[in-house]
Amino acid sequence: MARIKAPVVVTANRLGSGEVVYLSRDGRWQASMDAGQVFTELAEAEAALARHDNELEVVGAYLINVEVHGARVEGQHYREQFRSLGPSNYWHGKQTEANDAPV
Amino acid sequence: MHRYSEFDRDFVATRNAQYRDQVARRVAGELTEDEFKPLRLMNGVYLQLHAYMLRVAIPYGTLSSAQMRQLAHIADRWDKGYGHFTTRQNIQYNWPRLVDTPDILDALAKVEMHAIQTSGNTIRNVTADHFAGAAIDEVVDPRPYAELIRQWSTDHPEFQFLPRKFKIAVTGSAVDRAVVQAHDIGLQMLESRGELAVKVWVGGGLGRTPILGQVLQEALPIADLLPYLEAILAVYNLWGRRDNKYKARIKILVNAMGIDVFRREVQAAFETIAQDFSGEDQAVLEQLRQAFDFSAATDVDEAAYHQALAANSLFRQWVDQNVLPHRLSGYSIVTISLKKPGQTPGDASSDQMRGLADLAERYSHDELRVSHEQNLVLPHVALGHLPAIFDALTALDLQTANVGLISDLIACPGMDYCALATARSIPIAQQIAERFSQLGLEETVGAMKLKISGCINACGHHHVGHIGILGLDKGGVESYQITLGGDGSENASLGEKIGPGFSADDIVPAIERIVAHYLDLRSAETETFIQTLRRVGLASFRDAAYVDPATEVIHAS
Ligand code: HEM
Ligand code: SF4
Repeated sequence: MARIKAPVVVTANRLGSGEVVYLSRDGRWQASMDAGQVFTELAEAEAALARHDNELEVVGAYLINVEVHGARVEGQHYREQFRSLGPSNYWHGKQTEANDAPV
Repeated sequence: MHRYSEFDRDFVATRNAQYRDQVARRVAGELTEDEFKPLRLMNGVYLQLHAYMLRVAIPYGTLSSAQMRQLAHIADRWDKGYGHFTTRQNIQYNWPRLVDTPDILDALAKVEMHAIQTSGNTIRNVTADHFAGAAIDEVVDPRPYAELIRQWSTDHPEFQFLPRKFKIAVTGSAVDRAVVQAHDIGLQMLESRGELAVKVWVGGGLGRTPILGQVLQEALPIADLLPYLEAILAVYNLWGRRDNKYKARIKILVNAMGIDVFRREVQAAFETIAQDFSGEDQAVLEQLRQAFDFSAATDVDEAAYHQALAANSLFRQWVDQNVLPHRLSGYSIVTISLKKPGQTPGDASSDQMRGLADLAERYSHDELRVSHEQNLVLPHVALGHLPAIFDALTALDLQTANVGLISDLIACPGMDYCALATARSIPIAQQIAERFSQLGLEETVGAMKLKISGCINACGHHHVGHIGILGLDKGGVESYQITLGGDGSENASLGEKIGPGFSADDIVPAIERIVAHYLDLRSAETETFIQTLRRVGLASFRDAAYVDPATEVIHAS
């Protein structure tokens, strides 16, 4: 996988449901990548990851490279784009959630 | 069919209760993820890209109708109404919530199923020929032996922490439908000097270092089977590498030692271990042979079958492609394709599962099979019942007549689900199947094994596909590498890479060009793709694959 370079977002899966979540600006774990806090300094992101990793709510937190397009935050690698949407063979997962759609 | 013993029931109940407690402690924060993860994996619960995944073992691929109904119920109650049948004869649920997994395991236990040893460095679900007990070419039903191995290996105290995962496959026929040479241990039951014996291969495996198994014993006496397996495992447990997980499979050990030294080590271990086997296993085996025996005669009238053959060309086509003769006269073996072009290979909806459970109960002595090729099988069907089955399958949208053809391809979940994937495999599978079905070329092309994996772990068996496709990440873009000439049958071979990968847009046309080249070159309509490839060699196929896509297209004619 590509090397981690700012800008980055912190992502994880929710413990109970496994749902993909992103660490938001208010420090909560949210379903939409657009709500994710974009760190432009890698060191700050790593510190946030260390603070929030292994907390009860989520599992497997890690950093991902992102691109910011106005209000949209998009994973740079296709893996994270798929992860933010859901599988391509069924209309399942995040892509079905209307509130995740960009404005 | 074989039923659980008291021991199995108590063991599974205890394990499920422990797991329920472990999940509760994790959710309450009493266990960290580092502590909990190995515990959930011991119960088949993985974390994938979008959700958890539960892998349920289907020992030697055999299911009763009650079990299939329960699998459907689980799909509806706790998942998204479908299940994915895999190349290891398991079923995977892609969307369970962690907090529901203890209830799912209890629901499985009600029908004598579980997810134990579907993960971790243990002896995994023992797989077998999906036509076991029905195949016309079979020496003996391999499932009593597979079940004996399942009982011996389940919760075996010495084999819970092997250097790496361990997979055993068993066949009772010289025609290999279980890919035995791609397993850590492959077993073939055979007759030797009038006695039943077993041929043993060791050290096969796919993944990043694909290797075919080597013959360890040509004809081992049946009575020695368990102690001999235990001796192999003991040697592996002692000498297998634990410092590097990429070198930890038994195939690496066997190659490093050389097969002759390995055989000597096993023989030495066997001499000691055999003394601990009192013959109790042979008594169990005798019971198992009776439990699996199927020899009922059929008196179902065949008139409806002959009428339908004459009157209904769709039925005839389906019989030609998906139905095989049975070892007992009057019976047949029905393969149900889970590969309708455009569908996800191996997926079945809960309605389809329930419909198939009904068919198994009415028409197939209450049995279903899961094949490693991600299809389902009704193993014991009276010929006279075939028309009714075809109608029922049509109502379930399961009548696709493509078994063994190019659209009957294998694909692992790839990056649509799997956290280890480097590219997607399902969309490529869908496009290839749809393309060849649109061209109307599937039957012209004939026998073809096309297999796709979404990373080098090779869960989709691409190394043993006549055409193999491996999805990779080339600098942040999905890229698909083709191998040609693999074969998972008794003439096993590993495919060879033909060159640089193709983009997601170019891979289907490249496959089309390879297939067109075969049609140009074959000496007769009866010469299959793999035969032509072996006759003329790889080079011209490679050239055909890399021809400029804009100038070359094949047409259905
Ligand atoms: C969470 C999903 C999965 C994970 C994490 C996973 C992991 C792996 C890994 C790491 C290997 C390579 C082992 C090695 O080279 O030592 C492997 C091999 C394999 N897996 Fe999977 N796999 C997954 C899903 C599947 C599925 C869905 C199937 C069936 C369709 C499957 C069947 C196999 C087979 C047949 C092999 C190759 C045989 C061998 O072990 O050499 N796996 N898997
Ligand atoms: S081959 Fe790779 S992508 Fe496919 S299921 Fe196995 S680990 Fe996942």
